[in-house]
Amino acid sequence: MKPLRPFPKGRRPRSGDVEAIRTLIRDLPRDPSLLVEYLHCIQDAYGGLSRDHLCALAAVLELPMAQVYETASFYHHFDIYPRKTPQGRVTVRVCTSPSCTMAGGEQLLETLTAQSDPDKLRVVSAPCMGRCHRAPNAAVGQNYLEEAEVTDVLDAALNRHTSPRVPTHESLAEYLFARQGYQALERCRQGHCTVSGILDNLDAAGLRGLGGAGFPSNRKWEVVRSGKPPRYLCVNADEGEPGTFKDRHYLTSQPHQFLEGVLIAQWAVAADQVYIYLRDEYPECREILRKEIQLLEDRGIAPAGMLELRRGAGAYICGEESAMIESLEGKRGLPRQRPPFVAEVGLFGRPTLVHNVETLFWISDILRRGGQWFADHGDAEHKGLRSYSVSGRVKNPGVKLAPAGTTARELIETYCGGMAAGHTFAAYLPGGASGGILPADLGDLPLDFGSLDSHGCFVGSHAVVILSQDDDLPALARNLVAFFCHESCGQCTPCRVGCEKLLDLISAESWDLPLIQSLSQTMQDASICGLGQAAPNPVLSILRHFPQAVPAKERP
Amino acid sequence: MNDAIDFFLDNQPLTAQKGETIWAAAKRHGKVIPHLCHCDRPGYRPDGNCRVCMVEIEGERTLAPACKRFPTPGMKVNSESQRARQAREMVMELLLADQPDIARDEKSSLLAWAEAMNIRTRRFSRRIDGPAPDASHPAMAVNLDACIHCNLCIRACREVQVNQVMGMAGRGKETRVVFDLEDSMGDSTCVGCGECVQACPTGALMPDTLVDGETGQGARLSQSTVQSVCPYCGVGCQVDSHVKEGRIAWVDGAEGPSNQNRLCVKGRFGFDYIYSGDRLMLPLIRREDRPKSGIPTILPHASDWQDIFRPASWEEALNYAARGLKKIRDRDGGEALAGFGSAKCSNEEAYLFQKLVRTGFHTNNVDHCTRLCHASSVAALLENLGSGAVSAPFDAALDAEVILVVGANPTENHPVAATYFKQAARDGACLILADPRAHDLSVHADFRLQFTPGTDVALFNAIMHTIVAEELHDTEFIEQRTRGFDAFKKHLADYSPEKMAPVCGIDAEILKQVARTFARAKTAIIFWGMGVSQHTHGTDNSRCLISLSLLCGQIGRPGTGLHPLRGQNNVQGASDAGLIPMMYPDYAPVSDSAHQKRFEKFWKTRLSPTPGLTVVETVQAMDAGGIKGMYILGENPAMSDPDLTHARAALAKLEHLVVQDLFITETAWFADVILPSAAWPEKSGTVTNTNRQVQMGRPAVSPPDGCRQDWWCIQEIANRLGLNWNYTGPKAVFTEMAQTMPSLDHITWDRLNQEDSVTYPCPGPDQPGQAIVFAKTFPTPDGRAGFTPSVLTSPWELPDEEFPFVLTTGRQLEHWHTGAMTRRSRALDALEPGPTASLHPDTLKALGSGPGEKIQVTTRRGSIFLTARADTAVAPNMVFIPFAYVEAAANILTHPVLDPHGKIPEFKYCAAQVNPLSN
Repeated sequence: MKPLRPFPKGRRPRSGDVEAIRTLIRDLPRDPSLLVEYLHCIQDAYGGLSRDHLCALAAVLELPMAQVYETASFYHHFDIYPRKTPQGRVTVRVCTSPSCTMAGGEQLLETLTAQSDPDKLRVVSAPCMGRCHRAPNAAVGQNYLEEAEVTDVLDAALNRHTSPRVPTHESLAEYLFARQGYQALERCRQGHCTVSGILDNLDAAGLRGLGGAGFPSNRKWEVVRSGKPPRYLCVNADEGEPGTFKDRHYLTSQPHQFLEGVLIAQWAVAADQVYIYLRDEYPECREILRKEIQLLEDRGIAPAGMLELRRGAGAYICGEESAMIESLEGKRGLPRQRPPFVAEVGLFGRPTLVHNVETLFWISDILRRGGQWFADHGDAEHKGLRSYSVSGRVKNPGVKLAPAGTTARELIETYCGGMAAGHTFAAYLPGGASGGILPADLGDLPLDFGSLDSHGCFVGSHAVVILSQDDDLPALARNLVAFFCHESCGQCTPCRVGCEKLLDLISAESWDLPLIQSLSQTMQDASICGLGQAAPNPVLSILRHFPQAVPAKERP
Repeated sequence: MNDAIDFFLDNQPLTAQKGETIWAAAKRHGKVIPHLCHCDRPGYRPDGNCRVCMVEIEGERTLAPACKRFPTPGMKVNSESQRARQAREMVMELLLADQPDIARDEKSSLLAWAEAMNIRTRRFSRRIDGPAPDASHPAMAVNLDACIHCNLCIRACREVQVNQVMGMAGRGKETRVVFDLEDSMGDSTCVGCGECVQACPTGALMPDTLVDGETGQGARLSQSTVQSVCPYCGVGCQVDSHVKEGRIAWVDGAEGPSNQNRLCVKGRFGFDYIYSGDRLMLPLIRREDRPKSGIPTILPHASDWQDIFRPASWEEALNYAARGLKKIRDRDGGEALAGFGSAKCSNEEAYLFQKLVRTGFHTNNVDHCTRLCHASSVAALLENLGSGAVSAPFDAALDAEVILVVGANPTENHPVAATYFKQAARDGACLILADPRAHDLSVHADFRLQFTPGTDVALFNAIMHTIVAEELHDTEFIEQRTRGFDAFKKHLADYSPEKMAPVCGIDAEILKQVARTFARAKTAIIFWGMGVSQHTHGTDNSRCLISLSLLCGQIGRPGTGLHPLRGQNNVQGASDAGLIPMMYPDYAPVSDSAHQKRFEKFWKTRLSPTPGLTVVETVQAMDAGGIKGMYILGENPAMSDPDLTHARAALAKLEHLVVQDLFITETAWFADVILPSAAWPEKSGTVTNTNRQVQMGRPAVSPPDGCRQDWWCIQEIANRLGLNWNYTGPKAVFTEMAQTMPSLDHITWDRLNQEDSVTYPCPGPDQPGQAIVFAKTFPTPDGRAGFTPSVLTSPWELPDEEFPFVLTTGRQLEHWHTGAMTRRSRALDALEPGPTASLHPDTLKALGSGPGEKIQVTTRRGSIFLTARADTAVAPNMVFIPFAYVEAAANILTHPVLDPHGKIPEFKYCAAQVNPLSN
C-alpha cells in the first residue's frame, strides 16, 4: 500500500509559529504591501527567517507562500534558513565598494573571515554603506562602523553592540526657532503661496531630480497634480549608488529641512499619503526620522499617519523609482517598464510623485529665498547647487556643496584640500558605479547632468570617486561589474545573464574585445532599466579612455 | 474603429487595433517577431522580460519589447534594423549559453527560435552550478537547468489558473523558479494542473512521460494532434491530444470556449486510463456455476476475472446479452427491465440508449447518474423557470459584481471553472462562499459562510427575509417577470436572521451584510454544486437559490444568472437526450399524451405512458424483484449508489445483467455478460457541458482490438431485440436526434465539426448560440418565473449519542466519480493512492487519533476502515470521505433516503461514529 498523505497538499503552519508571528506583527495593520516590514519584524526578532516562520506569516496574512518567499528571498538583508534560525549568530557586513576597497575593505573582510568562528559570526561582503568618506565601512548588525578596523569590529560583535549609533542633529526646536523652520509650509497651507507660484519658483531655480536622473522637478509635480486622486508621494531615501552619501548627510544633520520639503511637496500635489523609503543601511536615519516625524505629528505639523516610514532591505535596485514602488507594495524590487510613467501610474497604480531626499531638502530654501537664489549658484549652463559626495584618494573627502558644473579638479583642489598624501590624480568616477570612468586629463569637465554624455559618462547622483596611480582600473571594473551582477534584479536577460557573462569576460586574462563590445551594446540597448544599461559603463570607459590598461595580448 | 492606431513597421503602414501591442499587430499582419516570454494565448499578460522581441522605435534611446509596447499614432518601428537584430541575437545567445547539453525538450520554442534565428555561436562560458532535477511529482519533470526565467510558468500558475504555488525567488543570477517556500514540486501545494508545463518554452517543465528518466532528455514530439473534449467533468474543456505511434503521448488544453486552453490535473495527466492493464479487451460471459456474491474489496483488476467469467466472441456475447433481456421482456413485460445510460457517453449514445429502452424494452425505466448529482436542481429549475439548464455560462462570473458559490468545491470538482471565479475575485468581484467545508476557494472569498450542514434553507430564507424586510428586492423585475411573490413574501416573514442564526450557525449581522451585498449588486450570479442538491431537501435548497436570484432580478443579463455546476462531461447532454425516466428528449414529459404521440409517430412504435423508475428506485425494485434484467452502460451503481450493501445485494439478485464498460467495474462483477467498449478518446460523438455548449468529440486513437464502439453495441442489442436499426454512425444518430430536439435547432454535425463548439439555444445557422438566456421571458406557459417557498426540513438522519458525527461524501481533485477511470491513471493514482477520511485536527485529537492513523467510520448501514487526514477545512465533528475508493467505499455508509421531488439521495448528510482503530 502506497503511503497516504495525512494532510492536504503542501506545508501547513504550526500553531505555535502562527501565534508567534501574530504577536510579532500585532502593531502593524494587515496589509500585503507591508510584507517587507513584517519580514523585518521576524528578521530583527530571530536573526533570520526560518521557513516555518515564513509559512506561518503566509497563513496569518492569507497570502500564497510563494508570494512571501519571493519577496523574502529578493532582499539581501533577509537571511532564510531551511529550518530553525541559528541562535545568537551576529552578521558582519564589510563594504567592498570602490572607496572602501581602496581603504582596505577587502583585507578587512579577509581578516575577519579568517579570525572568526562562522557559527558565531557570519562575515559577508556587502555593497556601499554610504559612509565612503570614512572608509572602510563595516556593519555589526545595525551598528555601522566607520574607518573600521578588525579589532573594532570584533569588539562590537563580541559585545553585541548591534544597535545603530544616532548622531546629534538639528532639533525641531532649533529648526523652528533659529531658522524659521516650517514657515514656508505654513505659508502654503495658509494660502499665501499658490501651487503655480511654487512651480514657477522651482522652474526658476532649475531644481532637478538629484537622485541621479535630473528630471525637472516642476514638470513632475504638474503631471502628478493633474492625475486623479488618490495620489501618492514617495520619497526615495534608498541612496545606494556606490560612493553616494549626501542624502545620509542631510538626514543625519538637518532632518527637518528635508521633512519640510516633503510636506510642501505633499501639499502641492495633494498627495493622500507619503511614503519615505529609507535604505536599511541607514538605521540611524530611521531612528531620527521616526522620532522627528512623531514630534511633527505631536505638534500638528504633520497629520497623524500621513508620513509613513518604510524600510528597504538591502537592494540597490530599489533606488530605481519603480522598483522602489514595487517594494513599497510588498513585492520584489523589479523595475517596471515605461510607459506608463510612475507620475501617471505609480504606487498602487495611482499618480505618484517620486523625489530624492536632496531634491526635497532644497524646496523650503527655494521658497524662502526664491528660485533665483538657487539658480544663481553656478553659471548659465549649470544652474544651482549640488552636493557632491567626494571620496577616494583625496585629503578631505566628504559631502561638498558646490555650484552645479564644478569640475573634479576643483573638487579635489578647492573642496578637498588636494589629493591624499602620496597619491596623484589619475582618474575618477564622476557618478558612482554607473557613471563610467574618466581620466585625469578630463578632470576639468563640468560635472552636471548631460555634460559628460559625449565622453560616454554621466554624473548621476554626483558621487565622485577620485583614483590615483595606485588604482588598478581593470580590477575596479571587475569590482563594479560584480556589484551590478550582485544587484541585478534578475528580471531581464541582458542584465541578469549579461552582467554575469561580462564579469566572466573581463576576468579573463585577455579581454575578448569584439564580444565585450557587442554584449555591452545589447545590455545598453535592451535592458529594462538603468542598472543593466549602465552596467557595462566601467568596461566601456576603460576601452575608450584607458586603452593601455586593457588586459590583452595585443593592445587595441 | 476609432481606437485603431496607424503606425509603421519596417516602413510599412500598419493599423493596430485597440489594445494591440506592436507584436500582436505585426502577427495579425503575418509577421511573427521572435518571442519566448510572451505566450499568445488568452489570459497571458505580456511581460517583456526575455528581450528577444526587441525592436527599434525611431526617436527612442533604447530598444523596446514588441510584445509589451503599444504603438502610438505615426510611430516608426523597425524590427529589422541591425541594432534590433543584434540585440535579439545576443539575447538569444545569452540564453542558450546556460542551456544544458541534453535538450529537456528538443521541440521547445527556445530551440525552435534559435534555429529560426540561426544562432550558432557559443561564445560565452556556461554556468556550472545549474539546479538539480526535481522528480518529486508523478506527472511533471522539473529540470530548472533549462529555465530562462521568463516567468511564464508563474503567470500560468498565479494569473491564469490562480493557483498561487509558483514564484520567482532570489535575484540577479540567483533568480529561480520555486514552489511555495522552495519546496519540491511534489511536496508543495501544487494541484498538478500542468498549466506551467503547457506554457514553458524550454522544457524546464515537462510532462514526465516525455522525459527520459535516466538522461533527462525530452521532446514534445508527435505525429498528429486531435482536438476533442476532456472525458471528465462538466466543464467540458477542449483538449489537444498529441499522438505518437498510435498512442496519446500528451495532452494540452485547446482553446475551447469553456477552458481557453486551461486544464486540470485529470484532463491533462489522466488520459492514460485507456492504456491501463485492466482494460477489458474481449467480451466475457459469467461462468454458469459462479454465483453473484460479493465484490473484491480491492480495485478489481482485469487479470482477476478468469475464475468468474469466460471469454466469448462478440457474436456469442451479443446474442447472450440480448437473449437474456428479451426473455424477461417477453415473459414479465418491459417494466421488468431497466437501463442505466451514462453521462460519460456521447449525446448520440444517450439518445440511442434511451430509444432502445423505450422502444425495445417498452419501458421508461431509463436513468443515469444525473439522478445522483443534480436531479433536485433540475426539478426546481424546471418547476420555477421552465428549463433545467444553466441560465449563463460559468465564465459569466467575470462580468459579475457578486459571485455566490453554494455547496460547491469547484477548485477540486470543476477546477477550470474555478479559475474564472478566482480571477473574478482577484479582479475585485465580491465572492461569497457558503459551504460547511472551508475548502480551497475560501482563501479567495470575501464572505465565508461555513454554515451548519443541512441548514441551507434557513440560511437563504434569512438572507431573503432581510432583502424583503429592507426593501432591497427588485420590484420592477418581480412585477414584470415573476409570479407568486406575495405569498412568498408572507412565507419569508418567519425567517428573520436573528431567528435563523442559531439554526444555520451564521451570525445574523453577517447574514444581513450578505443579503445587502447580493441585493445591491448591479450584477450577481449564483453557482451551486452537490452540497445543495444531494439532500432530502435538495429541491427546496435549489428553490431558495432560484428565489434569491428572482427576488433581486439577477438573471437574464450579463454577469447574472443561476448555474448548477454539472458533474460529468455530458451530463447536460445526456439529460437533454432523454436519458431520464419521466422525459423524452428535450424534457418532453412521457406522461403528456401529445408528446407520447409525437414520439410514437417519430419512432414508429407504441410507447409506455408511465414514467419510469429513477436510479435508486430501480435498485429498490431489483431488491423487491420487480426489475429482473438490466442493461448498464458506463455506470457503476455498485459504487455510486447509497447504502451499497443493499444496492450490491440487489444487483446480485438480477436474473440478467448486461454491463458495457472499459473495465470490470464493481458493477461488472455482478454481470452476466460484459461488453468491452471504446473509451472516449477513441470515440466520435458530441457532448454538452454545463454551459450548454455542444462540443465535438473526435477520436484521437483507435480502440484496442476486441473493443467496440458503444453506439454499435447498442444497435446490435437493439437489432437482436427486433428493432432493425441501421445507423451508420454517430452523425446519422445526431441527425435523427436533432429532428426531435428543438434545443439543437441550427446545430448540425457538420457545423460542430467546423466550429468545435456551439451553444444552444442557437438562433440561426450562421449565428452564435445564446450564452445567456431568459433576457425577456422564461420558458414557462405564462412566460413568468415562479417563487416556490421552502420550509425548514431537517436532514433525515441527525447525529445522536451513538452516531455523533455528520458524514458528508464527495469527490476529490484527482479522482472522478467512482474512480473507475482515474484510479487507473498512473499519475492520478500516485497523487491520491487510497482512501482517506478528512477530519478537523482538533476532532482527531479529541478522538485520541491523529493524522495518518487508521480509523473506522460506521453508520447504521455499515462500516469502513481508512486513514485519517487532518484538514482544518472540515468543521469539528464532521467527517468527509471521497466515494471513489472500493476498498473503503463511502457509499456503504450513506443513507438511501430520497428527496421527494428530485429522487436524489442525501449523500451529503448522515449520522456516523468515528473510532480510532486501536479501540
